[in-house]
Amino acid sequence: MALVDQEQMEDTAYRLSEAAPGDFIALLKPRVMSLVVFTAFVGLAMAPGVTNPLLAVISIAAIAVGAGASGALNMWYDADIDAVMGRTARRPVPAGRVTAGEALGFGLVLSAFSVATLGLMANWTAAALLAFTIFFYAVVYTMWLKRSTPQNIVIGGAAGALPPVVGWAAVTGTVSMESLVLFLIIFLWTPPHFWALALFKSGDYERAGIPMLPNVAGHAATKKQIFIYALLLAVSGLLPVVAGFATLVYGVVAAVLGVGFVWYSWQVLRMPESDTAMKPAKALFGYSLLYLFVLFTALLVDRLLVSLGLVF
Amino acid sequence: MDKDFVKPTEAQLKARRKRSVALAIALAAFVVIVYIGSLAKIGPGLFERGM
Repeated sequence: MALVDQEQMEDTAYRLSEAAPGDFIALLKPRVMSLVVFTAFVGLAMAPGVTNPLLAVISIAAIAVGAGASGALNMWYDADIDAVMGRTARRPVPAGRVTAGEALGFGLVLSAFSVATLGLMANWTAAALLAFTIFFYAVVYTMWLKRSTPQNIVIGGAAGALPPVVGWAAVTGTVSMESLVLFLIIFLWTPPHFWALALFKSGDYERAGIPMLPNVAGHAATKKQIFIYALLLAVSGLLPVVAGFATLVYGVVAAVLGVGFVWYSWQVLRMPESDTAMKPAKALFGYSLLYLFVLFTALLVDRLLVSLGLVF
Repeated sequence: MDKDFVKPTEAQLKARRKRSVALAIALAAFVVIVYIGSLAKIGPGLFERGM
């Protein structure tokens, strides 16, 4: 009698890997990582106080690797649903290039290293916030909310909104009202961004059994929710001026961008049910990426103008 | 007993070599980051230890 029943062993348990380094980089979700790097950098640059530029670069790198680690853990856990969605089927785990175990080990090791590095090079408040961000994304969002509630990306969006708070804390060692305003902007930006995607990818999500809002509450309810969040986002974009850490120069840019967001959302709201091409939803998805990038760039430029004495 | 061992294919060996090189680069980069970061955080005092 065989001691190990080969039939009972998982296929991936004993096969030799053909994964290339690029597959492991893909596990880090580089595009999401780039947004995390950018928003964390804005948080770090906006924070009062001086930090060594080298330590700032290392801090941003640690935050980026931590975000990437949470992406790897997400891909480990979600391999089953990624396999049935066109957008994600070619990811390393569902495509069979990287085993689930490799993705899990990779994610856990990078999580530990990124948190420890940030703690040692910046401070332990920032490190704790990074650890919480990874935990929130991998456990609260991926393992719990994503498959159980249409509010998944609303609550789970907190993980994506935390990088500027971590960046701010890397300099100051604290969480302040200003960093929470940056958090709020990304938190309110996330639902309309993902629901615009979920509208024109609702077939994918339905096949995977993910309860995204368009699949559960219908397209009409989703469009209304998108519009409400767009209004809230447009107002929250002005909060840095109200809170006193940005000038009217930024305020004008934020107002124009906010009006644009509301206009694109209005186009989605008016989109007929019979519209299968869903161009307004695709346009809103594209604009939402531009919105966040330009808004945070405006904050940086505004701070630069103030420091040069060109704006008061 | 040789037949009990799995013989890696050329593609598997090539992939393993690439992963090894990438891991070596990542570890070397980490060592440099910790070294430079320690200098930046602690300064020249890093090497000043009481005897």
